Amino acid sequence: MPLYLIVLFPLLGFIINGLLGARLKKPLPGIIATAAVLASFVVALLNVLRLASLPEDARRITETAYTWMSVGDFRVDVSFLLDQLSSVMILVITGIGFLIHLYSVGYMQDDHNDPEGRLYARYFGWLNLFIAFMSVLVLADNYLLMFVGWEGVGLCSYFLIGYWFKREDAAEASKKAFIMNRIGDFAFLLGMMLLFVSTGTLKYFGDSGAAGNATQGVLDVARSNAGAFSAVGLAGLGGITLITLLLFIGAAGKSAQIPLYTWLPDAMAGPTPVSALIHAATMVTAGVYMCARSAALFELAPETRLIIIVVGALTALFAGLTALAHNDIKKVLAYSTVSQLGFMFMGIGAGAYIAAIFHVFTHAFFKACLFLGAGSVIHALHGEQDMRKMGGLKAKMKATNITFMLSGLALAGAAPFAGFFSKDEIIAGVWNYSGEYNSIYKIIALVGLVTAFITALYTGRQYAQVFEGKARDEHLHDHAHESPSVMTVPLWLLAIGACFAGLLGLPHLPGVPNLHAFTDWLTPVFSVQADASHAAAGTGSHNPGATLMLLLVGAVIGWAGWFMGRSMGTRQGERAVLPASTHNLSLDAVYNATFARGGLALSAALRWIDDNIVDGIVNGIGGFFGQVSSALRLTQTSFVRNYALGMAVGAAVIIALFIINR
Amino acid sequence: MFEIPFVNHHILSSLIFCPLIGAILISLLPRRVSREGAFTVALINFVFSLHLMAHWSNAPISQGRFRFEELGQWLPQFGINYHLGVDGLSVFLVLLTTFLAPLVILASWNGVVERAKEFTILLLILEAAAIGAFMALDLILFYIFFELTLVPTYMLIAGWGGARRTQAAMKFFIYTMGGSLLMWVAMLYLYFRQSAATRSFDYAPMLETARGLDLGGSGVATFLFLAFAAAFAIKAPIFPLHTWLPDAYTEAPTAATVMLAAVLSKMGIYGFLRFANPLFPETARSLAPIFIALAVVGIVYGALVAVAQTDIKRLLAYSSISHVSLIILGVFVALLAGRNAELARTGATLQMVNHGLSTGALFLLAGWLWERRRTLQTNAFGGLAQSMPLYTVLFWVALFASIGLPGLNGFVGEYLILQGAMSAGFWYAFGGATGVVLGAIYMLRMFRSAMYGETTREENRTVRDVNARETFVMALILALIIWIGVAPQPFLGVIGGDGTQQNNIAQRNATQQNATRQTMPELAQSDLSTQ
Amino acid sequence: MPTSYYLVISAMLFTIGVLGVLVRRNAIIIFMCVEMMLNAANLAFVAAARDLKLMSGQVFVFFVMTVAAAEVAVGLAIIVALFRNRATIDVDEVNLLKY
Repeated sequence: MPLYLIVLFPLLGFIINGLLGARLKKPLPGIIATAAVLASFVVALLNVLRLASLPEDARRITETAYTWMSVGDFRVDVSFLLDQLSSVMILVITGIGFLIHLYSVGYMQDDHNDPEGRLYARYFGWLNLFIAFMSVLVLADNYLLMFVGWEGVGLCSYFLIGYWFKREDAAEASKKAFIMNRIGDFAFLLGMMLLFVSTGTLKYFGDSGAAGNATQGVLDVARSNAGAFSAVGLAGLGGITLITLLLFIGAAGKSAQIPLYTWLPDAMAGPTPVSALIHAATMVTAGVYMCARSAALFELAPETRLIIIVVGALTALFAGLTALAHNDIKKVLAYSTVSQLGFMFMGIGAGAYIAAIFHVFTHAFFKACLFLGAGSVIHALHGEQDMRKMGGLKAKMKATNITFMLSGLALAGAAPFAGFFSKDEIIAGVWNYSGEYNSIYKIIALVGLVTAFITALYTGRQYAQVFEGKARDEHLHDHAHESPSVMTVPLWLLAIGACFAGLLGLPHLPGVPNLHAFTDWLTPVFSVQADASHAAAGTGSHNPGATLMLLLVGAVIGWAGWFMGRSMGTRQGERAVLPASTHNLSLDAVYNATFARGGLALSAALRWIDDNIVDGIVNGIGGFFGQVSSALRLTQTSFVRNYALGMAVGAAVIIALFIINR
Repeated sequence: MFEIPFVNHHILSSLIFCPLIGAILISLLPRRVSREGAFTVALINFVFSLHLMAHWSNAPISQGRFRFEELGQWLPQFGINYHLGVDGLSVFLVLLTTFLAPLVILASWNGVVERAKEFTILLLILEAAAIGAFMALDLILFYIFFELTLVPTYMLIAGWGGARRTQAAMKFFIYTMGGSLLMWVAMLYLYFRQSAATRSFDYAPMLETARGLDLGGSGVATFLFLAFAAAFAIKAPIFPLHTWLPDAYTEAPTAATVMLAAVLSKMGIYGFLRFANPLFPETARSLAPIFIALAVVGIVYGALVAVAQTDIKRLLAYSSISHVSLIILGVFVALLAGRNAELARTGATLQMVNHGLSTGALFLLAGWLWERRRTLQTNAFGGLAQSMPLYTVLFWVALFASIGLPGLNGFVGEYLILQGAMSAGFWYAFGGATGVVLGAIYMLRMFRSAMYGETTREENRTVRDVNARETFVMALILALIIWIGVAPQPFLGVIGGDGTQQNNIAQRNATQQNATRQTMPELAQSDLSTQ
Repeated sequence: MPTSYYLVISAMLFTIGVLGVLVRRNAIIIFMCVEMMLNAANLAFVAAARDLKLMSGQVFVFFVMTVAAAEVAVGLAIIVALFRNRATIDVDEVNLLKY
């Protein structure tokens, strides 16, 4: 099965829904879209199995569709690459994507924002287009094609956040998301161009071809000839540092890191399944994927990784604190996502790429499940999102309750659920880091532990506030009902993932069962550049004592936080844990005051300048000639005799000149 | 001079004269069929241009790159020839013109009812003049076509424009003509520099003369280059010579705006690529940083001023300044990009077509909105996505093409330009890429306030969606936008000269040592690579 | 007679014509003065042609006469049109193109 089918199926779904969707009756567009993603998942699965059957050192399936652009030495193909890293991503995308599509069929069935169902087909069209672009992103075999997917998912995110375009908040949020992403993309674009300038290609890997025919990809160059990047350095920044920094800014935009994260909480204005798919499970992890993909580059730039880990830790901490301050069920999850993405970047910064990808993997399950569970609650409460009006839903919504609790435990990092292992592996990776700036990494690891505690706290609180205690709004509570099975089945499947996904990557410790499939699978991708000095793979095997300690601390923190959070949630049902003024760290306000207001003022000023000064000069020149001619036109007296006199005098002068100059 | 051409042997002349003869025929036909007639003529011309494309690969190549060349004496005593030819640089601009001409006639089918006959005649003359300018290989012939475009445009603006049409038309006419007169003087200078016996305005001898001056380090070359540049910089336009543009674009009727933005502004950039830069390569290279700086200012400035606009058409006009500046950036970084010069130049060439398509589409869409509501102030709208779903979808594609979304045409050109710029220097690319962010800001702000949100005004609730004719027009443009975005290689191949490029570069390296003694055909070949 | 006599007459006629154009207001008179200037030139042509024994001067006179005839046709038509429109042939009253 060719790889391009993975992209093609959802693309076809998009085209069918886009062209004919308006004529199809509910829920046919939804079924078409779901089937397309299922087909895509099956193709992906078959291909991954094919990949697994290859010998370990040759696990790479490449496939070139056609030449996209070729000018001189510059050549970019539309070609796909499936290796261990992209196989993990593509399975998450199509697999979880399928479940969320399925869930959406139920969720969007009656949409109170769109009672006539005119947008229904559009929703599924975009969701399909998103899957197509996301597949392009992870399957691309070069940076430019990855960028196509990168921007494409941003586009779909724009459409889906603004899906209910009538709502002002959705309209604003979609615009904001796209623009903030564009700032990141701007940096990504520059970084990518520098890569081409320094290596002469944009492919990740070259072809090994016959002797003399072999080409090198960007990552090959990074491994064999790190000096190639020094040519593009800029004012004190080494070339590789500049490139990786730019790439990281790109990743920070897409993956909502400080300072480019404020769009993600606003993006919750979109439908909840969209938040689950795009703004939790897949798109926002694209930045992590990109950094992991470029690991060979980041390995060369310890300064960049220091910046990444600091940004990641700060984001994780502050977003976690902010999640405590919110009462909106989706906002809490949104900040939690930002916080978890911060964790993933901590993994990247520490060089624990496998741990970061592992967290992407587990996070996709439990966060998607949490969002879908939240969607189920919102669905049941007819659009109510304020947790202060919830409570006591445990009895009414059994399936939602259990799945939410299981995935909540996974998020909280309670052992032995999925999040526990992946998060702990990251923290262990940071702690065990032993390269430059060693001591800072130790502090970061402690920050990670604190953040893990906060995570457990707000998760427990949220669960308790929504499902436990007594109903705080009787009216809402009376109408609440469990969602149809088309919605609960995906919940169950995801919850199973949230429980057991962690078992694929248990830490390499003596006495732990030999369940390391995930790490073993990915190790070849990252091992090539691993300098043995630190725990590149994040397995922690060389420092079992510390790893074990962290594991125990993590387990305690997870459960303790969860229970403390629960009691907090039941006790303080009406009140957020932190004052509302800490919402969003006020970064939004700062941006509004500086960039937004300042930018508008600047642009208004420039408009004035353009109309009055730049154009004023032009008009002034015109005006000058106008003045001169109005003076001169007074000679037009309308008396023929005056004109004739002028002619006569002129003739006389000319004749006189001729005579004089004879 | 020349016989009435058979299309097959005089395809280029046919492309010019088909609309001209068509215009004459329409003037003889009754009023009620003038729109149909004009559409047919424009369509025939488009078929001619497709014919041109179909025979592209097997057409004889002269001077190393021009195809379908036609050479006839016109005014031999002054060395003026009727000399036409197309290469990768011009062929898509010709195609863009022939493609858009029938579409704008179709698009203004109901928009212009009054004096439709005169309107369509002028459009056809404009088409012929623009095509002629892109194909002329004699400087006088080029100059004539270049200036001929002004007349119909002036009349279109002054006759069918908005409230301040007279002023806008006058400003446009005088401003652009002022620039071209400087070019005219420079042409005459070059002409009289040649030896009296063989004086000619033809491309190759002019190139030789100009290069001689340029490489000889003559100070006059700078003035001559600037004279040429003035004409093209105003036409394109380059900041700060752009102020005619917002007025002209805003006041002109939709069809004229589309032709202005999509085709005529490209004549300026084309002029740099075909004439100013190859004629004076060294001067151009030494002045390139200045032009790049102006281009960067233009990108940022155009975009920032666009943010503050409240009128959709005016916003698009400023966005056009910003986008055209990016192409100018590509034209000039190509002079500095060394090994990757071809990237920037190919990108700039393709981007001319891309910008023509996306901006053309946006202006058409704005024009249709104006036909429905008689205003384009963004605050008069809001929630239009509700009443005009199909229009919204069409708008989306054009808008995202304009802000350079990968997969649509704008990205391909932009990326190639910026990649070339990056080879020339980090800050060139940085400056150019700011447009990526700013473009998204003004476009999405406009879109958000016009199309999204609650419908606040009753009129907007009942606006009718695009009809079949309008959808058809837009679908054709958008199909091309997607095609170039997804599979640009056929276009890039033709622009790059199908592999003849390598030879040119090799040749240039061989001849650069004694460039002043180059023979004419070599010059014509090598200038592609040095411009 | 010496040629200079003819030339003096020609100059006088021309001067009278110029003065007439400059001082008179009646369009017909002005028009006649213009004709007089033309004929003064004709006279000079003929005289010079005889003096220099060249035919080209004579030929020019025919040209001038043809032009003058054409001018009469156009000029009188203008004056008639002017009179119909403005009921006057006083050139000072025709001042629409002032300033």
